[in-house]
Amino acid sequence: MNEEVSLIEQEVLKDYKYGFITDIEADEAPKGLSEDTVRFISAKKNEPEWMLEWRLKAYRQWLKMKEPSWANIKYPEIDYQDIIYYSAPKQKIAPDSLDEIDPELRRTFEKLGISLNEQKRLTGVAVDAVIDSVSIGTTFKKQLGELGIIFCSMSEAVQEHPDLIKKYLSTVVPVTDNFFAALNSAVFSDGSFCYIPKGVHCPMELSTYFRINAGNTGQFERTLIVAEAGSYVSYLEGCTAPMRDENQLHAAVVELIAMDNAEIKYSTVQNWYPGDKDGRGGIYNFVTKRGICSGVNSKISWTQVETGSSITWKYPSVILKGDNSVGEFYSVAVTNHHQQADTGTKMLHIGKNTRSRIVSKGISAGVSNNSYRGLVNVSKRADNARNFSQCDSLLLGDKCGAHTFPYIEVKNNTAVVEHEATTSKIGEDQIFYCNQRGIDTETAVALIINGFAKEVMNQLPMEFAVEAQKLLAISLEGSVG
Amino acid sequence: MLNIDNLHAGIEGKKILNGINLEIKAGEVHAIMGPNGSGKSTLASVLAGREQYEVLEGSVEFLGKDLLELSPEVRAAEGLFLAFQYPVEIPGLSTTNFMKTAVNQIRKYKGLEPMDAVAFLKMMKEKMALVEIEQSMLSRPLNEGFSGGEKKRNEVFQMAMLQPRLAILDETDSGLDIDAIRIVANGVNKLRSKDNAILVVTHYQRLLDYIVPDFVHVLYNGRIVKSGPKELAYELEERGYDFIKNEVEVELASNP
Repeated sequence: MNEEVSLIEQEVLKDYKYGFITDIEADEAPKGLSEDTVRFISAKKNEPEWMLEWRLKAYRQWLKMKEPSWANIKYPEIDYQDIIYYSAPKQKIAPDSLDEIDPELRRTFEKLGISLNEQKRLTGVAVDAVIDSVSIGTTFKKQLGELGIIFCSMSEAVQEHPDLIKKYLSTVVPVTDNFFAALNSAVFSDGSFCYIPKGVHCPMELSTYFRINAGNTGQFERTLIVAEAGSYVSYLEGCTAPMRDENQLHAAVVELIAMDNAEIKYSTVQNWYPGDKDGRGGIYNFVTKRGICSGVNSKISWTQVETGSSITWKYPSVILKGDNSVGEFYSVAVTNHHQQADTGTKMLHIGKNTRSRIVSKGISAGVSNNSYRGLVNVSKRADNARNFSQCDSLLLGDKCGAHTFPYIEVKNNTAVVEHEATTSKIGEDQIFYCNQRGIDTETAVALIINGFAKEVMNQLPMEFAVEAQKLLAISLEGSVG
Repeated sequence: MLNIDNLHAGIEGKKILNGINLEIKAGEVHAIMGPNGSGKSTLASVLAGREQYEVLEGSVEFLGKDLLELSPEVRAAEGLFLAFQYPVEIPGLSTTNFMKTAVNQIRKYKGLEPMDAVAFLKMMKEKMALVEIEQSMLSRPLNEGFSGGEKKRNEVFQMAMLQPRLAILDETDSGLDIDAIRIVANGVNKLRSKDNAILVVTHYQRLLDYIVPDFVHVLYNGRIVKSGPKELAYELEERGYDFIKNEVEVELASNP
């Protein structure tokens, strides 16, 4: 036993490969948060009056709210006056064409493996690139536009499609939903907007790549996806940040709306800087993600691979309002060193014959803490609702923690709710078995981890599954000797 | 090929092997028999390099190299294979993927390019036939939910894939019915050649009806107390291990 522990504790953290800083002049708001900050951001974005009012309302609500403390995470108090709420690289905002993007920024994204050059881009993926508080460009807009698909930055959407924004913004996550959602509503600076018209099957993956670059800065992005009746879209977000000794706040809001027979597949590969092996630095990731299956036979599927951030607090949820609608949540959350994750989902069954499926795989190493928190709620009129939940935890070493907090509330006796949970350890036996076949320990751990997470990884779009697999292995490198 | 000289080893402070001497040449099949607790599985584990076991004295040479200096994965790459008594389950990892990784890591060790998918599949098909294994079994997660017989056939399949110079079969017959033993033994026999050697570790003689050894060694209290031709196995089966114990006691009494 002791031997196993010492083995597992050997080796050191491989460097976070996205930890570089781009040296670029930034246009920043003064530190701190007040009505003036909100007005500053709104003015920077040239927003119409209604948007500013909406923000100010959110800000005033936020002032009355308290930071939640129920999650199984510990962190020093966040000083909201010590954060810069707006930081934009000094370049022409929303350049008319992708060719006008500052070469330094273009290089930054290339270094991250994100090419903004449409010709060089893998076919089948359109990208919106967001750095700090602004989107610097969106690829394939024209091709998508021909199908009536809108894929642009949130700032642009407020200008170009105000009716859609007014109609849908904060309809799934109300401004006052929670402390971080209210904060986001007050100061959000960019994000992506996708609108898939009736009956259109979006021919390529839509993706947003979020990059935090500036120091002392928070990133507050807002994403809204609307899938009209009979449409389909698969969307992917990726995120990274430089290595810094201070903690940085990321508080995003994502809203999904699926009409009759529409399907939205939302995948996340979250790789914010996790902090160093002693727990210094890293992103505080407080995110509110929620979708509504508003129409009949609609489907929303969340897949997340969470490897980064020093703190993760997020519960991508589905409101199953339409009859026969389907909600899915597939999650792999990895915590190593001092990382803490409290993540899970809420499946709210309202319509009849609604089904939900939850597959959560938590992997903990080092002295990290990994919690699954989930709620399955079946309302009175949700006849024949079905839920299946599976929560598996894998421990590497014996100084980390895995916790499961499943909540089930059923008010209709035709519901069938199943919950399965397992906890296991990577055994020295498994590693030795691999070693005996000529496989080194590092590769053995990667094989075991990927086997454990396979059911979730299989849900990722092909283009990203391989990357995500590598990411899992890298995040845990050095956690088993 | 393998030369074990005065090997002493133990686990968690308990000494189990008390001076093993054994030489195995290419082309030979050796059987190690012995009562429970005599050190059979310990010997297999020490040779494969299981971390928990501690070598206290002696040396082991394998193909001219100091085996005890090599890590388990290098021993495997050098051609040492252990068919486990209790094969380990790895959920979500198919045997195919596992073997592809193993084959290519060993090739890398030898300075060879990774095998391409077509060649790999062809090799898999060939080896599957040896142990009467279905493709579907190789797509299932490694050993998860496998029956005892399936696990052991899978071990022999892996042996066929990795083509070791020395294969150690650790109680490969345990928990198998006679049909399963026959299938497993047939697979092993097809892999016998003048270039490789096999060390069969077993409690019972019955496996040796199918995998006929050139030499039989009796392990008792961590030492090889008797060696002989294959007939020794029958004698053991007939007279039980007690006769060995008695012989050893007598010997100890006369040479104190």
